[in-house]
Amino acid sequence: MKYAYYPGCAGKGATPELHQSTMKVVNGLGIEVHELDAFNCCGAGVISEADPDLAYTLNARTLATAEALHLDIMTVCGTCQGVLGGINKKLQKDKSLRKRINLGLQKSTGLTYNGTVKVKHIQWILVKDFGLEALKPFISNPLTDVSIAPFYGCYILRPESATGFDDWENPQSLEKLIKTMGAYPVEYDGRTKCCGFPVFLEKEKIATELVANRVGSAKKAGADAMVTPCPLCHMGLDIYQKDAEKIHQKKEGLSHTLDMPVLHLPQLLGLAMGYSPESLGMKHHLMPTAPLIQKIH
Amino acid sequence: MRITIKIQRFNPESEIKKAHWVDYTLDAGRETTVLLALIKIKEEIDGTLTFRASCRASICGSDLMMINGIQKLACRTSVLEEISRHGKLQVGPMDKMPVIKDLVVDMDPFWQKLKAVKPYVERQNDDAPVQSETLTNIQEDLENADACIMCGACLSACNSFEASSDFLGPAALAKAYRIQVDPRDEMRIDRLTALQEDNGIWDCVRCVYCVQVCPKDVAPMEQIVRLRRLSIAANMTESIGALHITKFTEVVGEEGRLNETKLPLLMTWGNFKKMFQMIPLGIKMLIHGKSPNPFADPPAGHKAVRAIFKGRKK
Ligand code: SF4
Ligand code: SF4
Ligand code: FES
Repeated sequence: MKYAYYPGCAGKGATPELHQSTMKVVNGLGIEVHELDAFNCCGAGVISEADPDLAYTLNARTLATAEALHLDIMTVCGTCQGVLGGINKKLQKDKSLRKRINLGLQKSTGLTYNGTVKVKHIQWILVKDFGLEALKPFISNPLTDVSIAPFYGCYILRPESATGFDDWENPQSLEKLIKTMGAYPVEYDGRTKCCGFPVFLEKEKIATELVANRVGSAKKAGADAMVTPCPLCHMGLDIYQKDAEKIHQKKEGLSHTLDMPVLHLPQLLGLAMGYSPESLGMKHHLMPTAPLIQKIH
Repeated sequence: MRITIKIQRFNPESEIKKAHWVDYTLDAGRETTVLLALIKIKEEIDGTLTFRASCRASICGSDLMMINGIQKLACRTSVLEEISRHGKLQVGPMDKMPVIKDLVVDMDPFWQKLKAVKPYVERQNDDAPVQSETLTNIQEDLENADACIMCGACLSACNSFEASSDFLGPAALAKAYRIQVDPRDEMRIDRLTALQEDNGIWDCVRCVYCVQVCPKDVAPMEQIVRLRRLSIAANMTESIGALHITKFTEVVGEEGRLNETKLPLLMTWGNFKKMFQMIPLGIKMLIHGKSPNPFADPPAGHKAVRAIFKGRKK
């Protein structure tokens, strides 16, 4: 089992703990990865708002690079998955689009993409390619009595035409993984909704309100932590949580703090595989993770 | 097959004033839609059950409701498919809209937003002739923006509307796009200017719910993106939403990747109030090792990306 590993800008930037914990987990499981170390940004849906063909070409470069290695791509970011995976599906289906994009790609980089690569999020790889049964023997530190709120976010589910792993109306892969790790998946409202991250810089009020709703709802349902397959959701829910707490307290009363650790999927799996919190980059979180770690150990 | 439907009931004039769930058991087959089931319940079990419907064929848009928690037209949703997908069948009134009775909601918020974008062609002289090819030529530009049946699904599912009730919302903005590409309209620049304001095109959080729930593939978010593109093309680049797009693209064009420290700096450069507000969080991120160095050498791969950008410019 070998993949071309696409870390994404966040994994190499604002959320280094995502890359760190991913490497820890894939090495532990024996999943071979070839890191695309000269990778470029997927555009996060933002570049396509400026120039759709530019976004296609950037992603075609990524796909062509993996194709030359004869490997499928592993992503670790829900947003990268939605964008890169979605563009891949379009390039595979629409031959005239692929021809047009290849023309520019070939001229500027010498690469061509023939449409043979699959793009898979690590969450999907764990559930399907690796398999939950095969994962079980690696869970040396089951997260017994721990309640985890699965948070999918938007782009790993919608639009369905770009994703197509989970049923977007009732996704289950995170729940299955949480159970395999020995923890209890919390039912709450908002697991498939938006964390607000895309508009934090321009529409802070809207974004913070969404964080308050999501974390508040997980909190009320009794979650000890949230887990997400998207580093942008992680950032939204973690770094803006203190501001969101004020909104939550206005609605629920001052005693209602949030204090919700938000973990990347590979971090949670790493804990269940017995790795130390330090080795999974827990120090990069803004919300304290110590109470959760205590409960686990 | 015997099935059970859980329906949310509410009658402000009854003794139980609160919304509550009631189970109904009936026979259903492959051809049974949720609407047919509701009609059957009304005719055979409980005549007080109240809902709206008319065409039974996904045309009138009047029977939008929450089916297993998702905005759906009752007439286009199969009872058995729902049960196999969700393991249950729960039907309630459209989310985020005031409930009048049972499954009937007040659509006023939806209509007000639609009205606010003036969803009609405006011309000085209505009688001036329009070349017929002008109208056939716009078909492609319209995308699917003219297919809306005003069911309200998109607004009800909209995550930005959840946080901000004044947001114009997906259907109204898709309609604004539909008028924006109509060559007969003479107010297009004014319309686009108005959409830059708060509650306009930059308030969409890109949750993709509207695209997913729309029964007519109007893809409202994509029409909002087109309005954003048209705005930037018309030099409306001052809003911080537009700056997000142009500066993001600029950073990636230089470095090949996004540098999360550089982007907010570039977006707020010169806007001292905003920059000042960001300082406390900036410091926290720095302490936790979450702020990439904005002055570091560009990462491997940037040369190829620069070449791609250069090629696109030509
Ligand atoms: S994509 Fe934008 S307009 Fe559509 S539902 Fe989400 S926030 Fe609303
Ligand atoms: S855009 Fe689609 S979902 Fe929204 S009101 Fe129109 S038909 Fe309904
Ligand atoms: S009854 Fe007309 S759309 Fe369903």
